[in-house]
Amino acid sequence: MTTPFYVSPEQLMKDRADYARKGIARGRSVVVLQYADGIAFVAENPSQALHKVSEIYDRVAFAAVGRYNEFENLRIAGVRLADLRGYSYDRTDVTGRGLANAYAQTLGTIFSSGGEKPYEVEIFVAELAEDPAQDQIYRLTYDGSVADEHGFAAMGGSVEPVTTYLKEHYRPDLAFDDAIRLAAAALGHDESKPRTLAADALEVAVLDRARPQPRKFRRIPAARLASLFPAPA
Amino acid sequence: MATHPGGTGRLPDSFLTPGSSSFAEFLGEQAPELLPGRRTPPTSAVTNETPHATTIVAATYEGGVVVAGDRRATMGNVIAQRDIEKVFPADEYSCVGIAGAAGLAVELVRLFQVELEHYEKIEGITLSIDGKANRLAALIRSNLPMAMQGLAVVPLFAGFDLESSGGRIFSYDVTGGRYEETAFHAVGSGSVFARGSLKKLYRDDLTSRECVMAVVQALYDAADDDSATGGPDLSRRIFPIVAMVSADGYSRLPDIEVGEIADEVIAGRMRRPDGPAANLS
Repeated sequence: MTTPFYVSPEQLMKDRADYARKGIARGRSVVVLQYADGIAFVAENPSQALHKVSEIYDRVAFAAVGRYNEFENLRIAGVRLADLRGYSYDRTDVTGRGLANAYAQTLGTIFSSGGEKPYEVEIFVAELAEDPAQDQIYRLTYDGSVADEHGFAAMGGSVEPVTTYLKEHYRPDLAFDDAIRLAAAALGHDESKPRTLAADALEVAVLDRARPQPRKFRRIPAARLASLFPAPA
Repeated sequence: MATHPGGTGRLPDSFLTPGSSSFAEFLGEQAPELLPGRRTPPTSAVTNETPHATTIVAATYEGGVVVAGDRRATMGNVIAQRDIEKVFPADEYSCVGIAGAAGLAVELVRLFQVELEHYEKIEGITLSIDGKANRLAALIRSNLPMAMQGLAVVPLFAGFDLESSGGRIFSYDVTGGRYEETAFHAVGSGSVFARGSLKKLYRDDLTSRECVMAVVQALYDAADDDSATGGPDLSRRIFPIVAMVSADGYSRLPDIEVGEIADEVIAGRMRRPDGPAANLS
């Protein structure tokens, strides 16, 4: 008869957390920050087709790092949940908090269930309010915990140096151009030696309060980005 | 709503399963009672008990398309509403006007709007205009049992085709038949008169403003001869809804501008009640 191999619950959870963290640490970072006209998302992402930042609903957007197929599943689930809720009630009844809760429950259950491997993802859910003081930014981690962020936040591979850089340089009510340049510079400070990111290595999207349409999400086209980062002569 | 059967608060598996980009399909799995086509139709015909929306006209001009609708909803001989809105944006480059059972039609338009937006968000690109027109046909087809009991929904779909850079118009029948129209079209109870009017007024080289004038004239002619179509309401300043779709996207003409055009139409009709005269040959 074989003796069942005992693993303490603490060790089990720690192993699962280490596994998820390692997966996330392999990827590049994403920065979210509030600027004068809304909320901007800046990701280091050379792909034009596989997005890390996406629209969920009128005022709600999503950004993720980690394993693509896992966060893509969560993104689609978020769009379905938001559209279902907006269709059965009203467009104004879709909130970032509701979505963050659904994600937290889903990630938390998957993390602590024995049968599935934990998701190797971290997520931002941001909701634009009429009044900038009411804007909400939630950061969700692989285990389903939720943090409420203000002003700016970063997640992904090397979050500490990026956050430190943002902490030193961020000011509220930055103009759009300055906000994107700051975010790009912060993303470049992820290793011991700072890098300069080219415009075509960035994916930028905003929830724009100034947009007259109900859908406030807007991707910043490559040409506009290139004008922000003139190539060195 | 939307919790996992296991009782954990986790999103159900159907949410996390990749595959369909259609909201209607997802709704059919997740909340079939919300899908218009899944309802049991009434056993006997419903005719005068529910509001019906009436006339919608559409016409293309160089660089876009204009869609306009009168503001009346009728319930038999009763005017159910005098300021109903029957022209809606479907997405950024298309719009839809509705005739028929108003309650079902408005629901169908809401579903169609979410369907287009849902596809756009999931896939990252918008559907082609033919794709949109076909999706609408499928939604109308699912309403056929209701239509057989007198609750027909007959929309007019129009949009700007980014491929060919021009306006396009699609009409439908209750079985989901989809027909592309050239130049102009009208649906609803007053459509016969509106189409007759547009036949005499429409030209290929109309500017956008002239095109708006032509459709407002056509609605006036429809209201002139069809009791279910509302004419311009001068005392309450209620005028048709006029929407335009061009390369710049969907826009609704402000009420003040439509009012000015309606005033011009009425001033002309004071001199000649039958409207502008066409040449005999």
